[in-house]
Amino acid sequence: MLTLSHFLFLGTILFCISMAGIFLNRKNVLILLMCIELMLLAVNMNFIAFSHYMGDVTGQVFVFFILTVAAAEAAIGLAILVVLFRNRETINVAELDSMHG
Amino acid sequence: MVAVGPAAAQEILTRSEKGDVGGRGHINVYLTVVLAPLIGSVLAGLFGKFIGRNGAHIVTITGVAIATALSGWVFFEQVVRGGPNFDGPVYAWAVVHDVTFQVGFLIDELSATMMLVVTFISLMVHIYTIGYMADDPGYQRFFSYISLFTFSMLMLVMSNNFLQLFFGWEAVGMVSYLLIGFWYTRESAIHAGLKAFLVNRVGDFGFLLGIGAVLMYFETLDYATVFAAAPAMEGVTVQIVGSQEWSLLSLICILLFVGAMGKSAQVPLHVWLPDSMEGPTPISALIHAATMVTAGIFMVARMSPLFELSEAALSVVLVIGAITAFFMGLLGLVQHDIKRVIAYSTLSQLGYMTVALGASAYSAAIFHLGTHAFFKALLFLAAGSVIIAMHHEQDMRKMGGMWKRMPITWLTFLAGSLALIGFPFSSGFYSKDAIIEAVHASGLPGASFAYACVLSGVFITALYTFRMYFLVFHGKGRMDEHTREHLRESPPVVWVPLVLLAIPSLVVGYLIADWVLLGNFFGEAIAVKDGHVVLEGLREEFHSAYDFALHAFQSMPFLLAMAGVAVAFVLYMAAPGLPGRIAETSGLVYRALVQKYGFDHFYNKIFVGGAREVGGTLWQIGDVRLIDGYGVNGSARAVGWVAGVVRQVQSGMLYHYAFAMIIGLMLLLSYALFG
Repeated sequence: MLTLSHFLFLGTILFCISMAGIFLNRKNVLILLMCIELMLLAVNMNFIAFSHYMGDVTGQVFVFFILTVAAAEAAIGLAILVVLFRNRETINVAELDSMHG
Repeated sequence: MVAVGPAAAQEILTRSEKGDVGGRGHINVYLTVVLAPLIGSVLAGLFGKFIGRNGAHIVTITGVAIATALSGWVFFEQVVRGGPNFDGPVYAWAVVHDVTFQVGFLIDELSATMMLVVTFISLMVHIYTIGYMADDPGYQRFFSYISLFTFSMLMLVMSNNFLQLFFGWEAVGMVSYLLIGFWYTRESAIHAGLKAFLVNRVGDFGFLLGIGAVLMYFETLDYATVFAAAPAMEGVTVQIVGSQEWSLLSLICILLFVGAMGKSAQVPLHVWLPDSMEGPTPISALIHAATMVTAGIFMVARMSPLFELSEAALSVVLVIGAITAFFMGLLGLVQHDIKRVIAYSTLSQLGYMTVALGASAYSAAIFHLGTHAFFKALLFLAAGSVIIAMHHEQDMRKMGGMWKRMPITWLTFLAGSLALIGFPFSSGFYSKDAIIEAVHASGLPGASFAYACVLSGVFITALYTFRMYFLVFHGKGRMDEHTREHLRESPPVVWVPLVLLAIPSLVVGYLIADWVLLGNFFGEAIAVKDGHVVLEGLREEFHSAYDFALHAFQSMPFLLAMAGVAVAFVLYMAAPGLPGRIAETSGLVYRALVQKYGFDHFYNKIFVGGAREVGGTLWQIGDVRLIDGYGVNGSARAVGWVAGVVRQVQSGMLYHYAFAMIIGLMLLLSYALFG
């Protein structure tokens, strides 16, 4: 029998994977973007789980909004990535440190 | 300070009117005397460009001529007809607590005499300046300054309180500074002006302390009130350093006299006067010989009711004056610049006046002040005429034999010289012999020293005066061919003042000696204590000025003066090689004289050098190291160091920032959940 805590565990695991992806990844901005998406999905998982078990559809409405925003964000993120690659000829995260003090 | 409302001012006016014996009838005359030169000065100074060169000398000379005419009238009313004194306020400036600061006039015999002397000499100098400064680009400025000087000097002598005296005192000092540095592109002139200003500050410091002491103990600055209260203060003592008791009046008098030492160039504050000859010659005549430098003498005479109460102060005055009279005269013997010889002569004659003050012969001092003003202004202006003819060459070694080419200058110079050495019947004779007699009769400590100084001073005076006279006007001409050909008498604007000054230089003494020395010329203006009457002997011995002069032909001062003339003749006419040999054989003495006893050297080393040293040290340590090093640059460096540490946090790596955000978020959440 699946309980609420199973879904919450799944969400937490997804969130931790994506966080680890952000910290550990030193190479690719693309992976960074994917990890951010995954992080949003982990949050969505929580929303849906709570919505189902508490019988309130507002959570599912939120998920739709989040998915829309995430899609738009992914589009803008990829566009920035393309421009970045054209200018710097690299998407290596370790080299993108022009904000260094 | 509190501004005075009309009601308060009115109250002050009525209060002092009660003691006003002369009424307020002539106050407009006195105001005109003071303001006419001021208006001339303002017009020439601020609007010089519009009114042009002619306009400038017309307005200023008109102003001073009005002042001279009215001063003559005041002199006539006050001294000749013996009118009542005037002592009253004109304008109340401020009231602080119980003390009123006001502008006021005290017109008595003393100030009337000074007014006439100041305005007359000033008028002569104004006229002479038209010729002397004819080609100078600063023409209007010059006229503006000398008229401003006349205004300031009149404010000084006509004052009825210490504050206005101090105002005039500082104002004449400022104009003197402006005029010494008149040719401001010459470095030597700037230095001389600065020197005069700084040395006078030393004197003025004493003067201001004296005025402060008067204000503190008398609680008023009004002359009449202070003089009336002074006898009651005779026994009062004050403690300055430690528990030593000082007589209050001696302290005040000596402090005031320090001011006089600065202004009237007495040893050791005399160093500025010879250097002030950097200014144009009319200024040397007006300010640095005839009028401003006598302000100290005038002031002590004005304060006679105070000085009479302090034997110690009188003794100081006497000794300082004697030292100045003799030793500064000696320096005149080794100078080659014609103006500097006259400058040292001025120092020496100021010394004579100071000696007279010290001996309580105030009337003799003021008498000598007046006659000296005439003959010294004459000598300076005549020297200026010589300088014009020599194309601004002042070295006497390049002059000689000029009597034929410049007869008027020659004769007037001779008249001035005779007055200076005190030749019988000339004006200088009466005043100087009166001083010598007064010192002889004085019983103060130091009087016998002073007597020796003034007596040998007579010989020295005659020697340097006739050395100068022979070198300039007689003997072989030592100028170059070009100058010799162009030697000619100066224009009338130059020689008319010379003649107008030569006449009083010769006769004014004879005319008023009876009155000043034997009579009661100054009335109540000068106080002499019973034990100090030193001119009594003169009165008993002689019955008229004529007797006095006749007797002089067999007196000691006359013989000494003639000896001086004779020695000058031998040294500079008969045996011109002799002075050089004397200079060589008397090595140390000669060097001391040429070095002016080392005063300049000493002051430069100790005070100027010391001040620079202290300033340099403070600059290096206080400014550069502490303020700049630790304060300004130090705080900037500290900010830089902190920023250098903190910027390491700013790596530019996205995952560092994300990590920081996550950690922060977790900390905040933990706090919200468990805190």
